[in-house]
Amino acid sequence: MESPALEVVDLVKRYSRVTAVDGLTLAAGRGAVTAILGPNGAGKTSAIEICEGFRRADGGTVRVLGLEPSRPELRARVGVMLQAGGVPPAMRAGEWLRLVSRFSASPLPPQALLDRLGLTRQARTPYRRLSGGEQQRLSLAAAVVGRPELVFLDEPTAGLDPQARHACWQLVRDLRAAGVSVVLTTHHMEEAERLADRVVIIDRGRVVAEDTPAALTGAERQLRFRARPGLNLDELLNALPGGSAAKESPSGHYIIEGPARVGVGPELLATVTAWCAAEGVTADDLSIERRTLEDVFLELTGRELR
Amino acid sequence: MTTTDGPGATLDLTPAPGAAPMWRMVAAQAGAEVKATLRNGEQLLLTLIIPVLLLTGFSAAPLLDLGTTRRVDFLTPGVLALAVMSTAFTGQAIATGFERRYGVLKRLGATPLSRGGLMLAKTLAVLVVEAVQVVVIVAVAFALGWQPRGFLPTAILLIVLGTAAFSGLGLLMAGTLRAEATLAGANLVYLILLACGGVVFPLTDFPGGVQPALELLPISALAGGLRAVLADGAALPTVSVAVLACWAAASLALAARTFRWE
Repeated sequence: MESPALEVVDLVKRYSRVTAVDGLTLAAGRGAVTAILGPNGAGKTSAIEICEGFRRADGGTVRVLGLEPSRPELRARVGVMLQAGGVPPAMRAGEWLRLVSRFSASPLPPQALLDRLGLTRQARTPYRRLSGGEQQRLSLAAAVVGRPELVFLDEPTAGLDPQARHACWQLVRDLRAAGVSVVLTTHHMEEAERLADRVVIIDRGRVVAEDTPAALTGAERQLRFRARPGLNLDELLNALPGGSAAKESPSGHYIIEGPARVGVGPELLATVTAWCAAEGVTADDLSIERRTLEDVFLELTGRELR
Repeated sequence: MTTTDGPGATLDLTPAPGAAPMWRMVAAQAGAEVKATLRNGEQLLLTLIIPVLLLTGFSAAPLLDLGTTRRVDFLTPGVLALAVMSTAFTGQAIATGFERRYGVLKRLGATPLSRGGLMLAKTLAVLVVEAVQVVVIVAVAFALGWQPRGFLPTAILLIVLGTAAFSGLGLLMAGTLRAEATLAGANLVYLILLACGGVVFPLTDFPGGVQPALELLPISALAGGLRAVLADGAALPTVSVAVLACWAAASLALAARTFRWE
């Protein structure tokens, strides 16, 4: 059986007194896009840099394409985009990409890749004079120019404007379509939701949830509204179709779910609003929507800033 | 006319991993390093302009008391030694220190170019830049009436040993100190060794007490050795060769043990 693109078991990384990665276990399938999602300081970069072979783990095992991350033969098979830097400031964008391409046996044509990422006019611009977004795109280009089997992208769209972000997303989709495995870190929900086959949510160096974006957010839509706290939800449930669910979380915020495979339909909406009218309650901010990945994320990782 | 690189070309992203042949990787990296050096204004000042100015200035002006030796014959070997030091030590230390600081060494570590390959490329780049320096300095020296003597392979051996010793010292600094400290330190050491290493001012001008110590400096060994061969026609200046070999072995061994890539 072919090994997964990436397999991490019980990974631990400590920096003096801080434990950045604390028993992380995850797997990334071949030919899939796996997003590692987590708040700042969750241990994303530490974990990915161990997988890239830059850092040593303090515990656990990592297998990249079935091999130890430090194995030299992986260098040609794995493409890497660092979170920042890595390019000599005086080197021109086109020169850097050509240089990196010459390390590979059958690279992509550097010029075509620059064109693809909207860097045609910047080919002769020194790296230090590129905008932040242009620097990011050049790093992305350098990660894929050698036609790797697996690419690690550490926050690939941080600081990109919407056009550049979409260009980057499209490249990731095309990589996946071509059979390349992609592991990326991000704290953008939208990026994970749009790109990833699998999302691994990590917090404080551990996995707190792992599934497809659809499974994490739930397929069914929910009806939500705000009203005074303490409504009698049992009474409401009696009025609703069998199999519905209602909860108040947090206080004053109500979430109603319809029966399985029926969900929130016009009847349920009418019943809820009629019941509210009978109770003399005004439902504020009433909406029908799917749970977003952001909801899941905040539920799992808490709302406090860090 | 057809082109496959045009903007209309579709990219085939299908994996086709594989490292280029080692020689191609090393040649590409060495080429990039040579280009970077020759394009950097401060580096050029250090590698070409200062040596040429010292050679022409001190050859023309009667500031040095050299007895019967012609000034250009005394100066050219010293300036060649200075050129080797400026490229192998100062230039390499500063460039590598900043490469480390900007994450370039780290990023290159994720390419198929091995660390050994990178070091080989750096060495080749230093040798190419030195070749350019030697050509320019020798041309200027001939124009000033230089009459070299001695055995050319011995001079080349001294330059290679000097390059190894200065590269070891430069990489020792670049791999351990902060980039700014390397910048300041490498320039300071350059100035001190220029003044006290027998490049322009003969060691015999220094007090007798410090002379034996100064003679053990790598720059004195290289300048003195080249002078013994090119000005006095010595076959093999064994003391200079031994001093340079010791510096090379010690500095390269220490650099290899202490070098931090990040």
